[in-house]
Amino acid sequence: MPVRIQNEDFDVSTEIAALREGNPKVGAVASFVGIVRDLNEGDAVASLTLEHYPGMTERSVEKIVAEARDRWDIYDALVIHRVGVLEPLDQIVLVVVSSAHRGESFKACEFLMDYLKTRAPFWKRNRHPMGAAGWTPEQVTMRLPSAGPEHRRVTWARRNHCQLLPTQKANWN
Amino acid sequence: MKPNDSQAATVKIVYFARLREVLGKAEEEIVIPDGVSTVGELAAYLRARGDDWAAELGVGKAVRVAVDLDMADVDTPVSEGQEIAFFPPVTGG
Repeated sequence: MPVRIQNEDFDVSTEIAALREGNPKVGAVASFVGIVRDLNEGDAVASLTLEHYPGMTERSVEKIVAEARDRWDIYDALVIHRVGVLEPLDQIVLVVVSSAHRGESFKACEFLMDYLKTRAPFWKRNRHPMGAAGWTPEQVTMRLPSAGPEHRRVTWARRNHCQLLPTQKANWN
Repeated sequence: MKPNDSQAATVKIVYFARLREVLGKAEEEIVIPDGVSTVGELAAYLRARGDDWAAELGVGKAVRVAVDLDMADVDTPVSEGQEIAFFPPVTGG
């Protein structure tokens, strides 16, 4: 399967080996691994939840893999995107492309990754330290949970330029 | 069409991410109301529920729509048996 949306982690070496197995024409494999960072647009991130649209997400990524095959002379391509709860340091996405020469693999890999970042139906909700979270940028207030030491919540909120509200919500962005 | 008409044309509507949270609904099935034949008209019908619906699906809000798993726009026709999805702009990988 060239496109997999899954909760589980993946092993890069295993996936690369499987992609080029038994094909002596492959002279190049380019891969990209996306990792969860502890910062998102300047805000600290404790964890994030990735949501997708089952059916549509797979279909839209498969379409773009087909387009990459049309544009470049590649042998195979694999996209794995994780969903569910992820934390900083976790692997989140893998793109692997094989071809005879490096140029095709590099270009197709970047093309696929650009599409995943900007077009594929995935939504990311960040949860900030201390259980705090907030809405999307167009709604400027941040909502924090009522639990936890108040002075720490206030300090955190002030540092992150957000307003303390009584209910806990997380922000989709 | 009468709401209890067994021949009524229904569509499934699904909501994702922030829209699902704010609207408090992951999916619903509705009978296509009179005068609704496009995505834009369906959105207007949902906005008429008021409050969060009016705010979240309002003009100028960044809402995307898909009909049967393909991206759609306000002029895309809606018809019996389709799945229509409303969601915020995507933020992958």
